Amino acid sequence: MKKLLEVNNLSISFHTYGGEVQAVRDVNFDLHEGETLAIVGESGSGKSVTVQSIMRLLSMPPGEFKSGSILMNGEDIVHKTEKEMENIRGQEMGMIFQDPMTSLNPTMKVGRQITEGLIKHQNMSKEEAKERGLELLRLVGIPNPERRINQYPHEYSGGMRQRAVIAIALSCDPKILIADEPTTALDVTIQAQILELLRDIQSKRKTGIVLITHDLGVVANAADRVAVMYGGKIVETGTVDEIFYQPKHPYTWGLLGSMPKVDDAKGDLQSIPGSPPDLKDPPKGCPFAARCPHAMKVCDQHMPDYIESSSTQKTACWLLDERAPKVAPPENIFAGGDK
Amino acid sequence: MSHKQIKESDFEAIHYDDSDAERIAGESTSFWKDAWRRFKQNKLAILGIIVIVLLGIMSLTGTLISGQNYSDNNLMNANQSPSWEHWFGTDNLGRDLFARTWYGARISLFIGLTAAFIDLIIGVIWGTVAGYVGGRVDEYMMRIADILSGVPYLLVVILLMVIMPQGLWTLIIAMTITGWIGMARIVRGEVLKLKSEEFILASKSLGANTMRIMTKHLVPNAIGAILVTLTLTIPNAIFTEAFLSFLGLGVPAPQASWGTMTSDALASLRYYPYQLFFPAFFICLTMLAFNVVGDGMRDALDPKDRR
Amino acid sequence: MLKYILKRLVYIVVSLFFIVTITFFLMQAAPGGPFTSERKVPPKIEEQLNEAYGLNEPLYIQYKDYLVNVAKWDFGPSFKQKGQSVNSIINRSFPYSLILGLEAIFLALSIGVFLGVFAALYHNKFGDYAAMIFAVLGISVPSFILATILQYIFAFKLQMLPVARFDSFAHSILPAIALATTPLAFIARLMRSSMLDVLNSDYIKTAKAKGLSGRVTIYRHGIRNAILPVISYIGPLVIAILTGSFIIERIFAIPGLGNEFVESITNRDYTVIMGTTVFFSVLLLVSILIVDIIYGLIDPRIKITGKKED
Repeated sequence: MKKLLEVNNLSISFHTYGGEVQAVRDVNFDLHEGETLAIVGESGSGKSVTVQSIMRLLSMPPGEFKSGSILMNGEDIVHKTEKEMENIRGQEMGMIFQDPMTSLNPTMKVGRQITEGLIKHQNMSKEEAKERGLELLRLVGIPNPERRINQYPHEYSGGMRQRAVIAIALSCDPKILIADEPTTALDVTIQAQILELLRDIQSKRKTGIVLITHDLGVVANAADRVAVMYGGKIVETGTVDEIFYQPKHPYTWGLLGSMPKVDDAKGDLQSIPGSPPDLKDPPKGCPFAARCPHAMKVCDQHMPDYIESSSTQKTACWLLDERAPKVAPPENIFAGGDK
Repeated sequence: MSHKQIKESDFEAIHYDDSDAERIAGESTSFWKDAWRRFKQNKLAILGIIVIVLLGIMSLTGTLISGQNYSDNNLMNANQSPSWEHWFGTDNLGRDLFARTWYGARISLFIGLTAAFIDLIIGVIWGTVAGYVGGRVDEYMMRIADILSGVPYLLVVILLMVIMPQGLWTLIIAMTITGWIGMARIVRGEVLKLKSEEFILASKSLGANTMRIMTKHLVPNAIGAILVTLTLTIPNAIFTEAFLSFLGLGVPAPQASWGTMTSDALASLRYYPYQLFFPAFFICLTMLAFNVVGDGMRDALDPKDRR
Repeated sequence: MLKYILKRLVYIVVSLFFIVTITFFLMQAAPGGPFTSERKVPPKIEEQLNEAYGLNEPLYIQYKDYLVNVAKWDFGPSFKQKGQSVNSIINRSFPYSLILGLEAIFLALSIGVFLGVFAALYHNKFGDYAAMIFAVLGISVPSFILATILQYIFAFKLQMLPVARFDSFAHSILPAIALATTPLAFIARLMRSSMLDVLNSDYIKTAKAKGLSGRVTIYRHGIRNAILPVISYIGPLVIAILTGSFIIERIFAIPGLGNEFVESITNRDYTVIMGTTVFFSVLLLVSILIVDIIYGLIDPRIKITGKKED
């Protein structure tokens, strides 16, 4: 399968009045045609910054690319000009935002918001664009598109708005779709519909999807591969099965432990004590060390290398070093899992 | 990075207790400390406060410094330019403008502060009661405010000044009769927002009575918005006073305010521009200082707006 | 739509009734009769005058007559300007005020919006600071002080523009600037903070993510949304221009309605005070109605029934 996107050693900082916040530190991942990569982590882990930097949507300053490259079809887009980026955004990649209530322009008809990109990128006439807009509305499952296309966002329900946002993102048939918590603001039943829609589109168009979420339920449903982010770093990557059934990083264990399970009789949720590190002054060693129940002296001092436990799974944890004591993942994280 | 040098012994487990885990997070600061820190960074606002304090001191002591009386007229000395004897010059009746400027400052500041303070009291009470009690009461109270504010503020004040005898307190009464409405609306908005918050519910469920909730919870939490509005009401009141005085509806002679002084100076502007300069300059300076401080406070108290 | 406008018109009539009533009784409570400054008038003639102006009737009859007359858009005769009706005074002077006011409103809106957008786009850069310092100065310098400064510099010293009166466009420049500056500064600040809000909003990101250029994003998606608060400020803007005209017209000796109003106050010309007050109120209430209708047309979320959805 074709590689659509490759992120190498990406580091991004923000300059604030309190100092430089190192939001993303040395992040690597790639995305192939037709696959969904989920980036998981709690708020402040840097996942949103990572994907917004792929679209080059961060305002710089205060943001700054410190190092690394973002290769799209082999071309680095970090140093492209705004003008060049305009042709990439919408055409090569589309983006879906978290809150459908705020991500549509309230004073513009939905139809126009969909067709804008088409008119700009594909030199369509208004009529052609409108035809295509109707098609897109049908594709994302909005009933009665002839009427809906002339309505304003406030006349849509939350789920329909998110469908409209997806229609906008898909309008120019981009190869890459970036979805920043696309279901977080929606009801559970709508969530499932939206994920279903994304999967459906992906199978039709071979779109590569980067899915940001903090909800492991969504990951299990939608992702092929998973990258777990913590403190601006990716601490573990693997296929969805590997992450759920053979997690190696204590933070991944913690995440899995904090996920509610349907048939867990006791029904108690494990939380991860403590709070994420201050990225103005990130720890020298493993960012999770301060909260890790298995932390060792070395964790404080040195960032662990990635250790491959399969061709697809990589984990940055000292526990995997041969000198470390053997620690088994806690049992409760598998209790009644998806097995 | 090479990890060869790492020793076996480094792989000893260490145990944090929970407090360690919490300690890593950035130090949390209280809301007011944080606001003060932000305010201090605003050099203009600090300068504004210094200017206000200086103006206050001068309004109290300025008339004594030059050794001239604000109301002594001496036609022999009329329309003199600033000199060693008369620092700001004299007006068309030969009155010392330096003394008059600071006497006028006293009147202008007194009117501005008093009017703003009365607006504050009425507005806070009105807004808190309307917002907290809600329902019918709120509707009627705000309807009254709407009707009062339907007519332009300055028009109301002018009409009132027409029917009341000229004087200091007339000015203050006329200015406050509809001036409190802005404050009332803001306080009501804050109270409505706070009312539904959990700590009010908690306090209620613990049996606190209405009075206590209003005075201990609602007003203190709305104090940021109240302070900002107050600071921005003062320049408005000073402006209104000057405006009315300029129309000849201000304090009667021989009293002086900055407004009456500007008005007096207008007739001879072409020949004696310095007569206009001093009162006009101090009106602008005062309003500027209060506006800058008010802006600084708003930025400091509302981090959302701090960009 | 029609129903909404009708409802608003009824509301305007009710408000006007209150305003007429209040001004009527306020003026009745005013110290001294309308002829107090003409003490030389012998009692007999004063008697005749009172009769001629209906001042001997009981109060409630005077009130009723006044209400009826106002409903017929007849504000009665002026007490002080012999042989002039209040209507003719308004008809004569209002055109000046209208031209001046419209000029000032245009200035305040166009430059204010421009400055606000400019400041927001250059947020926290030199342009932003310069625009905002200008704005805080504009708010802090009262219109009448600015007017005298402008008059002194441009008319007396440089002699570039006429000192006073209102005979040509050149005459209107200085007063329009003086009137417009304070509201202009308010609009600039309002527009800046609204624009900053909009620029940080998600739909701007959506627009950028579509690949629209920065300029299209700002014009099509940014300004149109950010201008909404400025539209709701037009009501207060009209008030500011109107009350500002009281002083500015006096400084520049413009024979407009604001000047007439101030004159009527110094002369205690009660019918003119009442007439102009009612006229001003009608003007304001109608312009606020118009602003609300415009707002409803621009913001699709506002149903013209006046309720905001979600």
